[in-house]
Amino acid sequence: MLIRRPGDILPSEITPKDVFLNRRQFMAAAAGSALLAGEAAAALKGIPSRYSASEQPNSRKEITSYNNFYEFGTSKEDPARNAGSLKTRPWQVVVEGEAGKPKTFGIEEILKLAPLEERIYRLRCVEGWSMVIPWVGIPLASLLKAVQPTGNAKFVAFETLNDPKQMPGLASRVLDWPYREGLRMDEALHPLTILAVGLYGEVLPNQNGAPIRLVVPWKYGFKSIKSIVRIRLQAQQPATSWNLAAPNEYGFYSNVNPAVAHPRWSQATERRIGEFLKRKTLPFNGYGDQVARLYQGMDLAKFF
Amino acid sequence: MLLRVLQSGSLWFVLSLLPLLRAVLLLWQGELVNPVEFITRSSGTWALVFLLLTLAITPLRQISGWSGWLQYRRMLGLYAFFYAVLHFGIYLWLDQLFDWAAIVRDIIERPFITVGMLALLLLIPLAMTSTKAMMRRLKRRWGQLHRLIYPIAILAVVHFWWLVKKDLSEPMIYAAVLTLLLGWRCRAWLLGFTGRLKQQNARAHNPHRGQAG
Repeated sequence: MLIRRPGDILPSEITPKDVFLNRRQFMAAAAGSALLAGEAAAALKGIPSRYSASEQPNSRKEITSYNNFYEFGTSKEDPARNAGSLKTRPWQVVVEGEAGKPKTFGIEEILKLAPLEERIYRLRCVEGWSMVIPWVGIPLASLLKAVQPTGNAKFVAFETLNDPKQMPGLASRVLDWPYREGLRMDEALHPLTILAVGLYGEVLPNQNGAPIRLVVPWKYGFKSIKSIVRIRLQAQQPATSWNLAAPNEYGFYSNVNPAVAHPRWSQATERRIGEFLKRKTLPFNGYGDQVARLYQGMDLAKFF
Repeated sequence: MLLRVLQSGSLWFVLSLLPLLRAVLLLWQGELVNPVEFITRSSGTWALVFLLLTLAITPLRQISGWSGWLQYRRMLGLYAFFYAVLHFGIYLWLDQLFDWAAIVRDIIERPFITVGMLALLLLIPLAMTSTKAMMRRLKRRWGQLHRLIYPIAILAVVHFWWLVKKDLSEPMIYAAVLTLLLGWRCRAWLLGFTGRLKQQNARAHNPHRGQAG
């Protein structure tokens, strides 16, 4: 098996504290200046993580030229072509709802919430292809904890920017904008769930969801919402875009599950980009050891 | 001279191979991120385009009054079959890895595969009876058999429509073109029908003129 089991010790606990703090400062400073420069290829390094897969990542070109980001068009090539019009600076993320300290964060503040980590994750698209992507980001939990969720916070709702001036795809009513996604609180707080701000040691390219996107590696790719502007903690399960568009095809959970077919195609296999033949899809995209317990006792064919 | 080149079958024969050549070139360059998806889509798209081109011959002939269009129809139809077989072959090999049990399940359980498969199956007798000899042998029944092209084209558009995740704009274009092409035939048929009716009425009301005409 290629999947590493994470231990109980966090990387931050292994590193001596002074080194860790220095690096944290350095990373934040580097990240801040890099982002301010507005350069697409600005460096944004993350420390290695034990949560990374040991597989060979796809090439930068593959990851940045084959995207689903309907705000910039519905073909795979559209985002790379059209996302240049997205202004990622300044950028604010509203974190509100069931929180003791709701707050609007500037992107630079978010980068300082936790040391940036490199997370090499598999990504499985609901369409039947997959990639391995070296993200740079912070655990979503570090942002959520900063606003002190109340006891009523059972779910987290996310929203993508909804600005037709910057996003030509919004002119088409192909989805009910803004793009919305959601997680259960325990999924959101899981250490595998991250907010990605970088890719391949550089600032996240626009077509990949700059400046900040969610990455939930055991769920189909569309759950990992891009270019986030709003995060709401709430008691009820939030509405999500693909579920609204076709409720019988895309469920709220959308965990990668080879045993539950999409109504129109099988999910048993996938084509890893760069490979000729298909490979078998793994339950929870191979992260079952870490996340299967979140769904104990649930009928995953019903809560698909 | 130009007219002769344009009218020669070999020019159109070579032109019809361009989609294949383009796909081979792109594969060879190695720039495609998901080459299998590309050739699957491309072969399917071109099968559909050639089906619609085949169906466009009759309206073109009737509008232009030039019956020469007919000489291209068989070639276009056979190209539709060629790209459809390519499309199916890619599916069998690169998508299903010749896992026959999975293929049968796919055909039965997934409506968009079912209709696509049906369209291809119906194309086979048309391709097999496309020769002059078969045309002579089947006589009137040849024409009846080849009307299968109408349901085949409808099934092919439905196949595309049902596989799309959300953005239907592309299949809608094909559906619109098909509606026009079939609509043209409905109109011609209706006009012919009402024309015959009028003739009959005229004969009934005016027996002398009817006899004279």
